[in-house]
Parts: sequence; C-alpha cells; structure tokens
Amino acid sequence: MQHSTSYILLFAAAVCAVCSVFVSGASVLLEERQQANVELDRQKKVLVVAGLMEEGESLSRVEVAKRFETNIVPVIVDLETGVVLEGVDASSFDQRKAAKDPEASHPAPTNAAKVQRLPNQGQVFQVVTDGRLQSIIIPISGAGLWSTLYGYIAIDADLETIDGITFYEHGETPGLGGEVDNPRWKALWKGRKAFDKRGKPVIAVKKGMAGPPETDPYNVDGLSGATITSRGVGNLVRFWLGQDGFGPYLDTQRAGGST
Amino acid sequence: MAKAEREALLDPLFNNNPIALQVLGICSALAVTTKLETSLVMSLAVIAVLIGSNVAISAIRNQIPSSIRIIVQLTIIASLVIVTDQILKAFVFDVSKQLSVFVGLIITNCIIMGRAEAFAMQNTVKMSLMDALGNGFGYAIILIVVAFVRELFGSGKLFGVTILQTVNEGGWYVPNGLMVLAPAAFFLIGGFIWVVRSWKPEQVEEEFHVGALLEPGHEGNLR
Repeated sequence: MQHSTSYILLFAAAVCAVCSVFVSGASVLLEERQQANVELDRQKKVLVVAGLMEEGESLSRVEVAKRFETNIVPVIVDLETGVVLEGVDASSFDQRKAAKDPEASHPAPTNAAKVQRLPNQGQVFQVVTDGRLQSIIIPISGAGLWSTLYGYIAIDADLETIDGITFYEHGETPGLGGEVDNPRWKALWKGRKAFDKRGKPVIAVKKGMAGPPETDPYNVDGLSGATITSRGVGNLVRFWLGQDGFGPYLDTQRAGGST
Repeated sequence: MAKAEREALLDPLFNNNPIALQVLGICSALAVTTKLETSLVMSLAVIAVLIGSNVAISAIRNQIPSSIRIIVQLTIIASLVIVTDQILKAFVFDVSKQLSVFVGLIITNCIIMGRAEAFAMQNTVKMSLMDALGNGFGYAIILIVVAFVRELFGSGKLFGVTILQTVNEGGWYVPNGLMVLAPAAFFLIGGFIWVVRSWKPEQVEEEFHVGALLEPGHEGNLR
C-alpha cells in the first residue's frame, strides 16, 4: 500500500503524540510512589547498618519511617573542615547527586578506592537513643571488581570500633564478590577497630581468614574467590574514614565536638 | 476457540518456542536467570510488553505506512517498556533494582520486535493477542526452568528460601560457582533445546554445508 508523504508525516506525529502522552502520564502518576520507594529503601539500609532492623525483615512503610525518625539524626558535614553545617535541610540532601554536581563537588585526589569526585558536603547519620549518641553512620563507595559499591559503615560512639557495614548497590559477581551481601560476612566486621592508636584508618580485608576481633582487630576475612572485591572494600572503607573522606569530621567529634 | 487461535497460543510453548527454536531473546535469558524471583518478574514484564505491542500494532496494522513501520513498532515498544519500568519501580522496587538495566533492554528483546513484524503486522487483534500470550509464556517457561536450576545449584535456594544450606552459611552444600555466571545459562538453554528436539525431532534443522553455497542446484539449502 502506497501512502502520500503528508500521510506518513501525520501518522508518525500521531504515534509520537499518543506514545508521549502515555509515557509522561505514567511517569507523572507514579513519580510520588517511586520517590517514596527510594527514600524508604535508603532509610531501611541505614536502619539495618545501625542494627535497628534485621536484614530482610519486612516492616511497614510507617514503621520504618517511625524507627528512622525516633533514632536517626541526619547531619550535613563540610567534608574538608569536618564542621557540621547548621540550617541545611539534611533530610532531602542526596550525597550521590551532590558528588555529580560540578557546583557542589570537586575532583578527588588519586586514591585506591577509585573515587572520582568528592562532594563538598557529606551526609552522616547519627544514631541517638534516649539522647545518647550510639553510633555514626557514614556513607561509603568505591570500586570493586566490576562495579562501584555503595553502602554505609557504622562507627561506634567511641569513634574507633565498627558497629556494622552494608552495601545497598553493587554489580559484583553473585556468589563471589556478591557475597559482600552475606550477613555472616558482614557480621565479621562488628567489634573490629577501624583506626589505630593515632586515629589513622587501618582496617583491611585480609586474604584468607582473620583472627577474632580481640587478637586481630584490624583485619576482616577476605571473600573467597573475590580477591579484588575484597581489596576494593578495604580501600574504600579506609578512603572514606580517612582525611579525604570523613576523617576531619571524625576528628572534630573526637575533640569533643558538639553533636 | 478456533483452531488457528489455539495454534497461535500453544505452538510457541514447545513446537515453536521463541528461545529454543527461534533462538530469540537470549541476552536477557542469560542475564536475569540467577534467581527465580527476578526471572518471574522479567517474564511478566516481557509478557505485558509483548501483549501491549502485539495488540497495539495489530490494531493499527492497516494504517501503518510500510516505509516507516519498523520505527513505528519501535516507538510503541519503547513506550510500553518505559511504562513497565516505571510500574516496576513504583510497585516492586527491590526486584526492579536487581533487574536494573534489563527491563529497559526489553526494547531490544528480539522476541518483541520479531512478533510485531512477523505476526502482528499480518493478523487480527485477537490472533495477535494469542500469539503474544503464547510467545510470552514460551519465553517464561525457559526463563523459569533455567532460573530454577541456576538458583538451586548456584546458591542453594529457591525464591530466596534456602533449600540446600551452603557452606558459606554453615551448611554442607558447596555451591556450583558456574551456575551464577552467565555461561551456565548457555549450557542450560543448550540442554533444553536438546531435550525439546529429541522429543520433537521435526525441529532439528537440516545439516548445513558451506559447500552447498557453491554448488549449483542447491539454492534450496540456503536459509
């Protein structure tokens, strides 16, 4: 069947118009729900690493929000000076977005975690129960084998001991590097020391098995079959706890800075 | 149901399976089948998109100018895929995170384009719907079978529930590392094709000799 050029153009325009209404309609209608999901997901991860929620525990949206609001205080920190910034809306801050925004970030110095850009401001979550600081949750990210891993690490109120670690996004090989999600492996981090006596981050993921936290506090078992992912996790944890990451903030906290 | 419709619905399940016989849509079958849950959601997404595209394209098949038919099909398919992705993000967020880019890549799934061009462009809406259901479920069967084997032997679980307790979790089962990697799906799909073709020998293709290309009088062998 032959059609005139004007018919073809008109037909193409009509198809595009119908499809765009369909797509944008769906996007507008569902946006609120999707945003809520992203936020809920983030809150869950923070609660898990804070030890306030079991991994995979099914909690209602309301319960998650309630636990988050009663126990977690999001704080915005100037990464370079470590000063807590007052008067910034911490709840809507997105550190990953900030790291991509040329206005709000700068190129990172060369580092083993292969972090390319550093946000000027970072977001930490303080876990406060009954008015007492329990732990500080710090966002971490960096290169594994295939992918960039994103997660959180919880440092105890003594600013030395690790309370927990979790990754919420990565593309490592399932069963090998993907075992960073294994609860048994994550449990190995608890109780180990992130910093040596001078406050330098020294925690490492060792090849093979590490001793118990009492005798071998600075090492965590490597993931078998995933040497590069293991090394990457060690690098990225040390990077974010170090002077280019949240080190200055932790220093101000050690010096007795207000929370 | 008329015979032709029944054929359109049932044929693609085994007789003319999109993956096993037509060998279409392999990429996603390799990527998402490490777990049953993701495979199931992926299958449903493909079925939904396939139904939408076959029905929509069949409904306007007589109006589509043939010179731009491919791009019209693509526009419709792409729109459906974007909407499907949005719906997954809104309602099954965790699974959609695991499927990541593969939902978006349904656009390039050859089954969808293949059925639109080969079937929906020539057949009525009802027939196209049957064809979409048949091919969608044909795709789903393979994905589920492959994911069942890969999840069970690769991580000792089914739908995330531990069946064989792995060594990493303090059990006895040493998971088969190959199963969690993409090549395992190749072996399994190959095995599946073997089984289907032993059961239905008429699916076995004639042996193809490169020499036949050169010999006069054997043009019939060219496919």
